[in-house]
Amino acid sequence: MTDKTASGDVRLAGISKHYGSFTAVHPLDLTIPQGSFFALLGASGCGKTTTLRMIAGLEEPSTGTVSLGDREVTHLPPYKRPVNTVFQSYALFPHLSIYENIAFGLRRRGIKSVKKQVDDMLELVQLGQFAQRKPHQLSGGQQQRVAVARALINHPQVLLLDEPLGALDLKLRRQMQLELKRIQTEVGITFVHVTHDQEEAMTMADTVAVMNGGRVEQLGAPAELYENPRTTFVANFLGTSNLIEASVESAGTDVVVSASGTTLRLPGQRCSTTPRAGGKLLVGVRPEKISLVHADEEHTVAAGRNKIAGRIADSSFIGVSTQYVIDSRVCPELEVYAQNIERDARLVPGAEVVLHWNPEHTFGLDAAMDIDAGVETVEESA
Amino acid sequence: MNKPLGWLRRNFVVIAGLGTLAYLILPNVVVTVFSFNNPAGRFNYAWQEFSLDAWKDPCGVADLCGSLSLSLQIAFWATIGATVLGTAIAFALVRYRFRARGAVNSLIFLPMAMPEIVMAASLLALFLNMGIQLGFWTILIAHVMFCLSFVVAAVKARVLSMDPRLEEAARDLYAGPVQTFLRVTLPIAAPGIAAGALLSFALSFDDFIITNFNSGNTVTFPMFVWGSAQRGTPVQINVIGTAMFVIAVLVVLAGQWVGNRRKKAQPK
Repeated sequence: MTDKTASGDVRLAGISKHYGSFTAVHPLDLTIPQGSFFALLGASGCGKTTTLRMIAGLEEPSTGTVSLGDREVTHLPPYKRPVNTVFQSYALFPHLSIYENIAFGLRRRGIKSVKKQVDDMLELVQLGQFAQRKPHQLSGGQQQRVAVARALINHPQVLLLDEPLGALDLKLRRQMQLELKRIQTEVGITFVHVTHDQEEAMTMADTVAVMNGGRVEQLGAPAELYENPRTTFVANFLGTSNLIEASVESAGTDVVVSASGTTLRLPGQRCSTTPRAGGKLLVGVRPEKISLVHADEEHTVAAGRNKIAGRIADSSFIGVSTQYVIDSRVCPELEVYAQNIERDARLVPGAEVVLHWNPEHTFGLDAAMDIDAGVETVEESA
Repeated sequence: MNKPLGWLRRNFVVIAGLGTLAYLILPNVVVTVFSFNNPAGRFNYAWQEFSLDAWKDPCGVADLCGSLSLSLQIAFWATIGATVLGTAIAFALVRYRFRARGAVNSLIFLPMAMPEIVMAASLLALFLNMGIQLGFWTILIAHVMFCLSFVVAAVKARVLSMDPRLEEAARDLYAGPVQTFLRVTLPIAAPGIAAGALLSFALSFDDFIITNFNSGNTVTFPMFVWGSAQRGTPVQINVIGTAMFVIAVLVVLAGQWVGNRRKKAQPK
């Protein structure tokens, strides 16, 4: 339609969904570029699955339109859309063999010779020897691959994946993430992946849209979202953030803030709001950006770095790194992840320490936002 | 002292199972044994001597095979009618929200709960008031009615346990509403529908009370047996009974054999 739109983009324009008085999805604009691996990330009930189902045609939007390339498909039934879905529970037809499950879409479109395509697809998902089995005779991971094959064989314009790895155990899930990524690169079809697992979204997707309460909180490349969260929800839901309430001393290219007598600096361009001197700001830093030294070594910390003094409240050794919880005046529970390269034997619970980090790694958020948004949901789903 | 008690305890389940089986099968054994009897009088209640006469001439008694054929026809059509209607009702009750759904949901099971004799009498009153000639059609209507609730119960259970995502998946894979129903919904609901149909056939075939009220001059097999029992019981009745029993057992065995073979054909 417009010259900005490539031929195969998925475009959602102002779509929303109400169930009675409950709004599952607030009016939403979203463009998913052709050939991209796009993730809708959020806790359960955030509207991500509803959004996916509106693209599939399984749910009719209350307002707005869905377009695939130049074609508006808002009111087309699912069987007339060039879109296929991998369902959360796989929804394999229990009465049909794996072969017939995969051939289902082709046969419904009246294609007679399906053998070659089905065999190729079985090959792609490495299930050739299981063709004549029934779905219940396969393991979870194998069923998952059948569900992908059954959708992909139709060469849809868009493949929709609704929490496809949710039922698998952790190891298998990691394996399938790589597998799906490989398949996507191989076939070059647009994948829209719904998940509540932030690690999964970041590993697999080119672009992630973080959803919360029926709205998209932030959209961007995984690294961009992680480094520059613009809301407390994104900061807490995607990984872990230390958020410190501070008052702004001076604003400009360099923002100077103070929190309980400690002065911290951050670049003005990394603030999601314009900080004003005398105003409040939430200062954030990721736990792995912070270095930890014993209080006796404070003189070794280079000048110009942000510094906070505190005491180790807790430490847990997890192989590659050690996770510390630091109690300080600034913030009762600061998290620090330290690589286990050279461990200082003095860094045990109770020790006085100094935290320091590059001010460039600090971001600022609007202090009016809920500092704990997105924290609990992560724990729930973990 | 302790030993036999221990043995009894270990094998209690087996003994109880065999006892129950014997309890269930004994009447059938008696029927079968007496189908080879050559009774002295008109009543086949005392063992005389072994004979194959009745088996050689099962239709040797006047009207027996006519009533049998009528019962089979009624059972066949009642099964078809009840299964089609019952399946449709079950789907409607599970899948759709409509006015009076709750009422239909409970009323549909009324024929199961109501004493048969009451239903028989009220149906007769209904037919007489409407001026309908009693006979084949009134029996059929009555049978469809009381079979219906059993079909609904069987199909409903199956549809309830069916994942609605399966139909969504079919629609997502280019199957329109008709194709989705024929290719996915129906095959998955089939075991429930088959169970309802078998139940209907059995219920219709041996119904006596409702049929007796609403049959007019028409005589079904159960009515024939009842009627002849007043004057004497021909051995042929036992022959037909035994044959029905054997056929039913064969059908069940064949079903299990097919099921087992299917399982063996696809090893884990």
